[in-house]
Amino acid sequence: MRSWDVDDLLAWDERIREKASEFGLDCFPQVFEICDEDQMLGYMAYHGMPAHYPHWSYGKSFEKLKTTYDHGVSGLPYEMVINSDDSVAYLMRNNSLCLQILTIAHVYGHNDFFKNNFTFRHTHPELTVANFKSRADRVRRYVEDPSIGIDKVEALLDAAHALSFNCRRNLGVRKIGEAEQRARAIDAARPRHDPYPDIHRAPELPAPDLRRVPLEPEEDILLFIRDHNPYLASWEQDLLTIVHEEAQYFIPQIETKIMNEGWASFWHHRIVNSLDLPEDLHMEFMVHHSQVVRPHPGSINPYYLGFKLWHDILRRCESPTPEERERYGGPCDGMATLFRIREADRDASFLRQFLHGRLMREMDMYEFAPEDDEYVVQRVADEHNWQHIRDTLVGSVGMAAFPVIRIDDADYDGARKLHLTHAYDGRELELGQAEKTLGYLHQLWGRGVVLDTTVHDKAATLTFDDGGFKPKLAA
Amino acid sequence: MLHSQFRAFSGDSLRSDRSASDRARHRHKVRQAIRENIGDIVAEEAIIGRSGDRMVKVPIRGIREYRFVYGKNQSGVGTGEGDTEVGQSVGEGEQSGAGKGQGGNEPGQDYYETEISLEELIDIMFEDLQLPDLERKKFRQVPSEHALQRKGFRRAGIRVHLDKKRTALQRIRRHVAQSSPHGAPETDTGQRFPFRKEDMIYRRLMPDTRPQSNAVVICMMDTSGSMDTTKKYLARSFFFLLYQFVRSRYAEVEIVFIAHHAAASEVTEDEFFHKGESGGTVISSAYQKCLEVINERYHPSLWNIYAFHCSDGDNFPGDNDKTVQAAEAICEVANLFGYGEIKPPGRGIFESSMLETFGRINADGFHALTIHGKDDIWPGLKAFLQKDRAALAAEAEHA
Repeated sequence: MRSWDVDDLLAWDERIREKASEFGLDCFPQVFEICDEDQMLGYMAYHGMPAHYPHWSYGKSFEKLKTTYDHGVSGLPYEMVINSDDSVAYLMRNNSLCLQILTIAHVYGHNDFFKNNFTFRHTHPELTVANFKSRADRVRRYVEDPSIGIDKVEALLDAAHALSFNCRRNLGVRKIGEAEQRARAIDAARPRHDPYPDIHRAPELPAPDLRRVPLEPEEDILLFIRDHNPYLASWEQDLLTIVHEEAQYFIPQIETKIMNEGWASFWHHRIVNSLDLPEDLHMEFMVHHSQVVRPHPGSINPYYLGFKLWHDILRRCESPTPEERERYGGPCDGMATLFRIREADRDASFLRQFLHGRLMREMDMYEFAPEDDEYVVQRVADEHNWQHIRDTLVGSVGMAAFPVIRIDDADYDGARKLHLTHAYDGRELELGQAEKTLGYLHQLWGRGVVLDTTVHDKAATLTFDDGGFKPKLAA
Repeated sequence: MLHSQFRAFSGDSLRSDRSASDRARHRHKVRQAIRENIGDIVAEEAIIGRSGDRMVKVPIRGIREYRFVYGKNQSGVGTGEGDTEVGQSVGEGEQSGAGKGQGGNEPGQDYYETEISLEELIDIMFEDLQLPDLERKKFRQVPSEHALQRKGFRRAGIRVHLDKKRTALQRIRRHVAQSSPHGAPETDTGQRFPFRKEDMIYRRLMPDTRPQSNAVVICMMDTSGSMDTTKKYLARSFFFLLYQFVRSRYAEVEIVFIAHHAAASEVTEDEFFHKGESGGTVISSAYQKCLEVINERYHPSLWNIYAFHCSDGDNFPGDNDKTVQAAEAICEVANLFGYGEIKPPGRGIFESSMLETFGRINADGFHALTIHGKDDIWPGLKAFLQKDRAALAAEAEHA
């Protein structure tokens, strides 16, 4: 059923843009591309990128998407939008006019978020498409190079993919270079200024170990290997760079999933409601909208949580309860506040600041933990427990879903072994996956790798060297 | 004012099928993984069926993507329907936590399933197996299915078989022959010298025939009462694989099925795999039948003969001598005679075995093995079919 043509979309898009400007959304120029299911699946498999380097995992991802879609297990997203300048969004050809209107409005929400949120600052959106294209060209060149070939390229990409999210996660914080680390180490070893040197014994001054590599624990594992494994060929270094850069591009989206989806839903809701849709379209819109922002029992639907939060923030600004008025001050300009928050926060800070007990009770949030093969509710969001639940949530959103693992010695045992430490926060590593991933790390580093972690609340050392995987768990 | 631009739908298939090569590469990896895990897959009961186009679910390992991820001890946050209480169970072990990133929400199993057609699976399984010791007995000419071979030229034929080069040469010859006797043909006369029908030369194509050895595979199975469901299942699995192997590799190989209990009879493939029978066990009856079939239809001087027999070894004791004699007779005429004894664990100890009895047979072409469970089927079959028996023996010794 196609009850629209491109002219309809152009007309609606114009009205939506007018409204969006009125509301103050600030977007990159937007390109909409109309595609069919197969093209959509194709884009999804490659994260929406018009050009992307080849790797079998994208073929697998396509097959998976296609199978679940063909069997009706999962539907397709109504839209897909990528963070670039111009922003590119894909609209499904088979969607009804109403869905297209909702989607177009939703896309402008994302677009505004991409352009303004601080986590996206470093992504160079004007170069996104060109960068992906250039990486694709380089990888293809290595594949076609008779002295390299697909098998070698694939083996390296497999390994690099496994480690791509073991990198610095807060890109708002400047990376400290080696020279600066050295200066800091020397600085720290200097005697403190002592106004009473006469009555104090001279402090012992241990010399800083400046030969240690890295001087400070390093989170960017791929880059460290690229720069410190002298046996890597230049194409291998380039592939590591490519995989690292691509992960960096996606980190902001991982870090702001709830905010971003909530923001787009907030705006499609507001914009479409202001369009004076004919009644039948409006009814259909209400149905689709409530589908999008419905809670998923047993897990967190980012659309739902985000939508709720943005609305709640607006309400707290414009009509605070007497209690809120007392604690946070009187009514303020709601919209200005929303725009400020969408610029300055990411999921973790957003939830920590704005998710509160009453809202959590309204959503019936709870915390569960495994007990004998079953997940059992540990806490519900009552007065005493809501903060705990919120902190658990904050600790698992965005990049916090990935364990923090840092390189702290590249010459462990004096044998050029790579020593890493897992920053244990109560969550254990999955050992099966850790084994395979350490195998990849060993492959890239070329020497033994040693990971300190915690298993069953006791220190454990996982080693992977030429003899294979050796876990050493405390008894 | 914001700016926008619409790109209308274009049904460009190139753009929509951009993942084709990555899918092929993935497919390739899946096949590789299947080959590595073939033993486990063959052990799955699901594949013992007969229709080749059926899709089977195959669990494969080694194609997952790995990362450092959190294990199962982490707690998560969910939203409920308003009535959640402490202590309530909210799922079994695969509940995905809140906001997990890629890789974090895959189920914890170490494999995932893929679908593959049975035919393809069998293809992969037998990629590097051959019937052993195929001797060059008297060949028979077998037309291979769709091959044609070029053989010489002819004056008449259809257009696609026209040999352009020879035709052009023929025309030049005719031109030379017709021109002045003293020199080269006058090329600048401006006169056309067209092709004529007699210039035309066509390639001659003949059906390709190549010599092929005659081979027959004789499958013998014990269907007596002592063969319970498990044993029959194991025997049938074994023969099923053997049958699939022979079918996939040797289009011209003939297959004979013999089922026996106290008496033996030649049966159809369908009966062999699906019909149950009962009664006592007289193995020699099957061997006699086998010899009979060989004498009647498959003379050893013309045919490569492979005989396989599966039984639980629970033979009627008085029959043992006769059985050994018959087995020796088969060994004399057959290239290979295999005996598989089905002994599911836990019950084999007190049951009689033919292995000892067969120990008396001293022939090169005899090969006996024991199948305890479904895990032994694939190694067993491989041992039967391994081309280089000596290498296999060396390997076994080494292990």
